[in-house]
Amino acid sequence: VNLTLYTTTAVILLDGDGNRILSKYYGSTGRNAYPSAKEQKAFEKGLFEKTRRANGEIILYDNHVILYRNNIDVFFYVVGSAEENELILSSILNAFYEAVSSILRQQVEKRAILDNLDLVVLALDETIDDGIALETDASVIVSRVSRPRTDTTDIPITEQTLIQAYQTAKERFAERVFKGV
Amino acid sequence: MNVSKKDEDSGNLGIFYHLDKTTVLQEARVFNETPIIPRKCRLLLTKIIYLLYLGEPLGTKEATELFFSVTKLFQSKDIALRQMVYLVIKELSTIAEDVIMVTSSLMKDMQPKSEVIYRANAIRALCKIIDASMLPSVERFLKAAIIDKTPSISSAALVSSYHLFPAGKDVIRRWANEVHEAINSKPASLVGSASSYLTSFSTGASSYATQPSTSNINQYHALGLLYLIRQHDRMAVTKVIQQLAGGGRSGFGSSSSVLRNPFAYCLLIRYAAKILDEDPNSRQQMYELLEAWLRHKSDIVNFEAAKAILLQLFLSSPKPTQRFAAIRALNKLAMTHPTAVQPCNLDMENLITDQNRSVATFAITTLLKTGNEASVDRLMKQITGFMSEISDEFKVIVVDAIRSLCLKFPSKQAVMLNFLSGVLRDEGGYEFKRAVVEAIFDLVKFIPECKEAALAHLCEFIEDCEFTKLSVRVLHLLGVEGPKTTTPTKYIRYIYNRVILENSIVRAAAVSALAKFGVSVGDVEVKKSIKVLLTRCLDDNDDEVRDRATLYLKLLEDETSAEKYVKDDSTYSLSALEKQLVQYVSTSEATEKPFDLSAIPKITKAQAEAENTRARNIDHNTTSQTLGGVSATNVINTSITTASRDVTTPTPAGLDQQHVYARKLAAIPEFASYGELFTSSNKPIDLTESETEYVVSCVKHIFKEHIIFQFNITNTLNDTLLENASVVMQPESDDISLEEVLVLPAPKLAYDQPASAYVVYKRINSDEYVLGSFSNTLKYIVKEFDPSTVQVEDIDLLAGDYVLPTYLSDFTAAWDQLGEDGQVVETFALTAMNSLKDACAKLISLLGMSDVENTGTPQSTSLHTLLLSGTFLGGIKLLAKSRMTYAPSSGVTMELTVRSQDIEISRFVIGAIA
Repeated sequence: VNLTLYTTTAVILLDGDGNRILSKYYGSTGRNAYPSAKEQKAFEKGLFEKTRRANGEIILYDNHVILYRNNIDVFFYVVGSAEENELILSSILNAFYEAVSSILRQQVEKRAILDNLDLVVLALDETIDDGIALETDASVIVSRVSRPRTDTTDIPITEQTLIQAYQTAKERFAERVFKGV
Repeated sequence: MNVSKKDEDSGNLGIFYHLDKTTVLQEARVFNETPIIPRKCRLLLTKIIYLLYLGEPLGTKEATELFFSVTKLFQSKDIALRQMVYLVIKELSTIAEDVIMVTSSLMKDMQPKSEVIYRANAIRALCKIIDASMLPSVERFLKAAIIDKTPSISSAALVSSYHLFPAGKDVIRRWANEVHEAINSKPASLVGSASSYLTSFSTGASSYATQPSTSNINQYHALGLLYLIRQHDRMAVTKVIQQLAGGGRSGFGSSSSVLRNPFAYCLLIRYAAKILDEDPNSRQQMYELLEAWLRHKSDIVNFEAAKAILLQLFLSSPKPTQRFAAIRALNKLAMTHPTAVQPCNLDMENLITDQNRSVATFAITTLLKTGNEASVDRLMKQITGFMSEISDEFKVIVVDAIRSLCLKFPSKQAVMLNFLSGVLRDEGGYEFKRAVVEAIFDLVKFIPECKEAALAHLCEFIEDCEFTKLSVRVLHLLGVEGPKTTTPTKYIRYIYNRVILENSIVRAAAVSALAKFGVSVGDVEVKKSIKVLLTRCLDDNDDEVRDRATLYLKLLEDETSAEKYVKDDSTYSLSALEKQLVQYVSTSEATEKPFDLSAIPKITKAQAEAENTRARNIDHNTTSQTLGGVSATNVINTSITTASRDVTTPTPAGLDQQHVYARKLAAIPEFASYGELFTSSNKPIDLTESETEYVVSCVKHIFKEHIIFQFNITNTLNDTLLENASVVMQPESDDISLEEVLVLPAPKLAYDQPASAYVVYKRINSDEYVLGSFSNTLKYIVKEFDPSTVQVEDIDLLAGDYVLPTYLSDFTAAWDQLGEDGQVVETFALTAMNSLKDACAKLISLLGMSDVENTGTPQSTSLHTLLLSGTFLGGIKLLAKSRMTYAPSSGVTMELTVRSQDIEISRFVIGAIA
C-alpha cells in the first residue's frame, strides 16, 4: 500500500499518431519506472497501441494503472503505480485536462496545445510537483498560470533612441519571418 | 484574448514543430541581452522545456551553461517570465552542475513581501537545488511558509519539505507543530486575502483575479508530511487518525470535521488499515472508522475504504467464510494477473497458517504464484505442515505450483526436492503421485545439481509404489540417468529388487533398465554382475521379461549392436519426418517406391528436447528467412541437381539457424575442404538501408582457419536482372594477416529472389585471431548493360565472431574448474550506457557469448552480475563474469573477469570491449 504522497509516475500527451507532444516522468532514478528515453518511448508506443481505439478511460498496462482521455488528435495520460487508487488518478487527470481545456477555450487539440505550450506546461507544473498532486481544482490551476504580456519590452517609448526603435523593428521583422517558416 | 489573438495569428503555427537543439541553444544568447524582452525570452524558455519534455538529451555542460544564462533573467520583474524561469530551473536542476548558485535569488523571492506567485514557485524551485546542509539556513522561511494563510504557498512549502525529507530528516522533524497547524488550517474560502495570480490582460500587472482554492489539498500534503515525521510512532499515528476522523461517526461529512480533502482521507484510511493490521487492540475502533468512511460523500474515499476492508478486514476476518471469499477472489486474480495481487502478499502470508485448510491452500498457491525467492523457504515449511490434511486435488495444485517455482528459482531446489520426496511418501492417489513424480523428473532434467539426490528419492519411491505406470517411468529414467552418475551400482540394487518383487510389466522395465547399465557403464565388474542378474531373469515366468533378458544378454556380448540399439542417443527430427511422410502420402507416384528414411535428418535426443521447448517461441521471421536462404542456394548450385531436391525441402521448423547455415555451406563444394562450421554471427548485418535498390546483408561464418563472409543480396527493382553479382572486400588496414582465397559470385539476381555471394578469407597465422574492418563494394552486371558497382557499408570482424554462445547450467562449478590461470580482469567505465539492461545486451552481443542463469536481464537498476558462457574457436571454453553498477551521474561501471583455458584467449576477448 502506498503510504506516501507520490501518486503519479508520469504524465504523457500524445498526438493522434502516437507521437509525443510532451511527456513528464517523475522521480529521480529510484522512483522512475522508465529512466531511459528508450524505455519511455517503448512504453508510450505500447500504451498508445492499447488505447488508440478503445473508448475506455482506464487501462492496466505494464504494471501501471493509467487513466486517459482523448480529444480530436490529443491523448492525455496519467500514469500511476498498479496499486494506486484509481479515483485519485482520475481526479488528477481531470484537473489537468479541465485546466488545459479552459486555457485553450475548450479547443483541446494538438495545434492549440503547441500554440499555447507555455501555458500548458505551466498548468502541468501547477498540477503535479514531482509526482505529488499539487492541486486538483482546475480553476485554481488555471488561475496560477501566468500569461505573457503583449508588449515586448519593459522600456517606456520615451527612452527609446532612434537606433533602438530600428532594432526593435528589425527584430520584429525577423520574428515574423521566423514564424512564417 | 490571448488565445483568440494567437488563433488569428496563423504565422505562429509550426513554431514548435521542427525544433532543433542546436538552434535553441544558440538562441539562448538572447538571455544575455539588455534590455530583457520578456515575451521573447519566455517563448525561448518554452522551447527549452519542450525539448526536454520531448526527451531530447542535454549534456551536463550544455545544461550548466543554459542554466546560468537563464538565471540572468532574474533581473526582469515580469511575472509571466519569472514563472517560466522557475520551471526551467527545476527542469535543468537535475542535469546542470552548481545549481546551488541561484539559492540567493530564490531566497529573495521567498520573502513574505514578494508576490504570491514568486513565493510559491520560488519555494518549489528551491527544494530542487539545495541539499541537506543548506536546510538549516532556509528553515525559518519554510516553517513560516508552511503555516502561510495562502494555500498555494503552504502547499508549496509542504510538498517541498516532503521531497527533502529523506535527505533532511533531522531538521524537518522539528517542524511537526507547523505541519500539524497546516492540517488544521481554516478552509481557504474563509481566508479573505487569498489571492491568485492570473495576470490579467491589462498591462497593470498587479491586478489579480481572486480564485480561492476549494480543494483544500494542502491538508493532504500536510498529512503526508506529518505521517513521514511520525511514521515510527504508532501511538502518535493512532492519535492523529482519531483526531482527524472527527471523533467518531457523527463527525463525518459534516462541516465540523477537520479534514476537507478526499485525498487526505485516503491517506488516513491507509494509515488506519496499517494500524489495524499491526495492532489487534485497535481493531474494533479502526474498523468502525473504516466502515464510516464507506459512507463518506466522496467516492474516492468510499473506494479506498472498501479496498482496505477487503484486503485487511476480510483477509483477517475471524469468519472463515469471509476469509475464504476474499482469498478465492485473489487466487483467481493471481492466475491471470500475478502482479496485481502482489501488493496483498503480506496479508496472504498470515493466511497460510489458517485453520481452515481451504483458505490456507488458496493462500499458499496464490503466494507461490506471486511470491519471490526470499519467501520460498518459509512457504515450503508451512506447506509441509498441512499437506496431509488436504484433499488430493489441492495437493496436485500445490505440487504444480512448486514445480514451476523450482524452475523459476533453481537455487531453492534442495528445499523443494526434500518437500517433494516427503510428500511422495505420504498417502495419495495416482494423479497426485504422478504430479510429484513429474515434478521430480523436471528437476532431474533441468537442474543437474539435484540429479543424484532426486534419483535416490525416486529409487526409494519405487521400493513401495502401488502404481505400475509410475514404476515403469521411474525405471526408465533410472536406466537413462543412472549410468551417468558417479556410483551407478547404487541404483542396480534398487532395480533388481523390482525384478524380484514386482508384476511382470515392472519386471520387464527393470530388465531394460539393467541392460542400459550393462552397456553404458565401463566397469567390467558391473558388466559381469549385470550379466548374472540378467541370466537369472531368463527363468522368469513371463514371456516379455524372458525375451528382453535374452535380447540384452546377446547385446552385451556384441559391442557394436549394443551401441546401436541401447546407447543410440539420436532420433529422427520429428517435424521433418512428419513433413516428409505427408509429402510421401500425398504424391501418388512416390508411393510406388518405399519411403526413404535416410533422408530424414537425425538429431540427438537432447536436441529434440530443446526444440520441443523452443518450438513455441520460434520466430516466424527466422523460418521465412531461412526459406529464402535455401532457395538462394538452389540458384547458385545449379550443378548439384541431384542434391537440390533435398535442399529445397522446407527447412524443418525449429532446426537451428546455425544448422541451416551449416547445411547450406556444406552444399557448396568449394567450401568442403574447410572442415566443420564453428559458429556464425547470429543475425545478418544489414549493409544497406532496407529500401534501397539492392539490399545487402552479411553473415560471418567462422571455420577452423577460414572466415566466410556470406552476402545475401536482394534485387528490389522488378525490371532489372543482375548477373554475376559479387562483393569486393577491402580490409581497412593493409597488414592484416588474412588472405583472400575465394570470391564466389551470385550468378543471377532476379527481382525479389535473394541470392548469396561469398568471400572467403584464410587466416594466415592460425594463432592470431584477426580483427578489423572491411569496406565493401557490390559489383554486378545489369543484364545487357555495363558493369556497375555500388558502395555498401563496412563490416567489422569482431572478437565476438570467434565465439560460439553455449549454454551452461552450472556456472559456478565451471568457473572454479577453469581457475585463475587463464584469468584476465579489467574495469571499464561505460559512461554512454543509460542502464544496466542496455549494458548487458551490449556486452552479450560484443562478446558473442550466451548469458546463463537468467542473468541477462538485470533485476536491479543499480547493481548486477552478468554471467556469460561461450566456446572460442578451436573448442576453448570461455567464461565471463561482469559485475556492474549504474549511477545516473557516471553511467555504467563494470568489472569484467574473463576466464578460459588459455590466457591469450582471455586477453583477446577482453580486448573486444572499449
